[in-house]
Amino acid sequence: MSDLIVQTAEGGQELKPRSEVSAKELLREVGAVLRMSETEAAQLGGAPVDPDEDQTMIINMGPQHPSTHGVLRLMLELQGETVLRCKPIIGYLHTGMEKTGEQLTYMQGGTNVTRMDYLSPFFNELVFSMATEQLLGIDGDLPERAVWIRMLFSELNRMSSHLLFLATNGMDLGAVSMMIYGWREREEVLRFFQKVTGLRMNHNYVRPGGVAADLPPGWRDDVLRLLDLIPPRLEEYDTLMTGQPIWRERLQGVGVITPTEALALGATGPVLRSTGVDWDLRRGIPYLRYPEVEFDVIVGSYGDAFDRYAIRLNEVRESMRIVRQVLDRMPAGDYRIQDKKVTPPPRARIDESMEALIHHFKIFTEGFKVPEGEVYVAVESPRGELGCYIASDGSARPYRLHMRAPSFVNIQCLPHMMRGALVADAVAIISSVDPVLGDVDR
Amino acid sequence: MFDCPRADSLGQVVLHPSRERYVDVVKAMADDGFTTCADLTAVDFLAHPGRPLPDGVTAERFEVVVNLLDIQTGRRTRLRVQVPEGDPTIPTLFDVHPGTEAMEREVYDMFGVEFTDHPDLTRILMPEDWIGHPLRKDETVGAIPVQFKEAGNG
Repeated sequence: MSDLIVQTAEGGQELKPRSEVSAKELLREVGAVLRMSETEAAQLGGAPVDPDEDQTMIINMGPQHPSTHGVLRLMLELQGETVLRCKPIIGYLHTGMEKTGEQLTYMQGGTNVTRMDYLSPFFNELVFSMATEQLLGIDGDLPERAVWIRMLFSELNRMSSHLLFLATNGMDLGAVSMMIYGWREREEVLRFFQKVTGLRMNHNYVRPGGVAADLPPGWRDDVLRLLDLIPPRLEEYDTLMTGQPIWRERLQGVGVITPTEALALGATGPVLRSTGVDWDLRRGIPYLRYPEVEFDVIVGSYGDAFDRYAIRLNEVRESMRIVRQVLDRMPAGDYRIQDKKVTPPPRARIDESMEALIHHFKIFTEGFKVPEGEVYVAVESPRGELGCYIASDGSARPYRLHMRAPSFVNIQCLPHMMRGALVADAVAIISSVDPVLGDVDR
Repeated sequence: MFDCPRADSLGQVVLHPSRERYVDVVKAMADDGFTTCADLTAVDFLAHPGRPLPDGVTAERFEVVVNLLDIQTGRRTRLRVQVPEGDPTIPTLFDVHPGTEAMEREVYDMFGVEFTDHPDLTRILMPEDWIGHPLRKDETVGAIPVQFKEAGNG
């Protein structure tokens, strides 16, 4: 039996004991983030200076900890209940999806990228499709209906993702009834996704050239039902959590990050906006038809966990506001581009035309060739800037596919948010960053 | 623009600084408003050496790609730095943009490009004892034997 027990270690990736780290290394980390010299950082006194080794201990939180949202492992150096240092160790969910993406054609690529950030699959597909379309040079020729369908699903997906955040945030802090409510409302949104795309998650619905299928009959009533159903539920959340003293005590002033720190660390999305920086790609570098709809960019002012909670709650409301406008403006027309190169022929044509059958077969087996070039496209996913960098060598497969994952960059904020916090707050802080480990590890 | 060869790609601004001037260019750009480093990645051009590059830029095997962002005006600029196969090292951006810490570790892990003076250059996604760098083009897909040692043969 004993030879089955093997000590696991990530070696040099782990948090080193204090005796093995020089003070210079410690200060460099703090100093670089605050953009000040090591001497100035030393005078800050944020971290207790050199506690005795026997008064601190290094413990693992995760990778199987329920509040780490998957397989995030944090090594915490504790002095009593206080976190002195923290290091996230990732890679437990790494499956080489960027390498896989190099083997799949642009037609198949959607099935791969949609599984990265599995809570916001439409954004992964959208950014991949937008990058492919830019390389093909057809990004300006998409039918209006396809663009507005993409907007509709982006915002509904933002709602489902934030509803899941509200659920897990509640669960992590002990508001277990909130967990059930959040999942319940998210399921309503997913039911609509299933009706349109056939799947609750990992849809492969947004594809280069448009979307996979038109909206089914009755979609408008389904969306209107969602828009009627969710606002009163959000009011309930407000009653249950926002105004509740215990909830506020657990979140306010916890995990504070300043705008300078957030920008230096490359944080985006609600983490950056909680510090008061009004950066939202939908407003800053608009894509789709976002300049034509009205919405507010929600910003916080303290950069704490409560601000991040409140921002996401209100972003659900803003998303519903956008969805309402999309409903009013949804144009009639085609849902995908009529470009023989990227669009398979309609099903009816396959029965009557040999050429259509061959074309259909070719497009799904060999894919379509994409001109040589490289492009970086980014969209505002529920977690921040989701970017897609594709380098093409002119073949039917991306030469290099890279996804700029917002969760991957945002978890770098954890050590700075946790310095000096309590262990119990660590749970609240992880939750408030809302990392998706599929997105972190890819 | 910042004394670098410039070659736009599909309407996006792309600069090609040399490896020696790379950090200085990023610093100058940070002073010019590009205060956020949105993304840092790399490409291994082993299987596609003949890509178009502007005059004065010699194609090398690796290319480190940095996407900088100016959130005041919403500008983006991309830097592509050539890194030779024989000496795959490049200075770190950590002191200018600390947010590149994890991204540089990822590039090191996946491509074996070393970032000199990086505070903690260890693997980030692969296990520490992994041999090779998976995203290099000469790393084969699916070449790792799957082992279920404890399963027995039934």
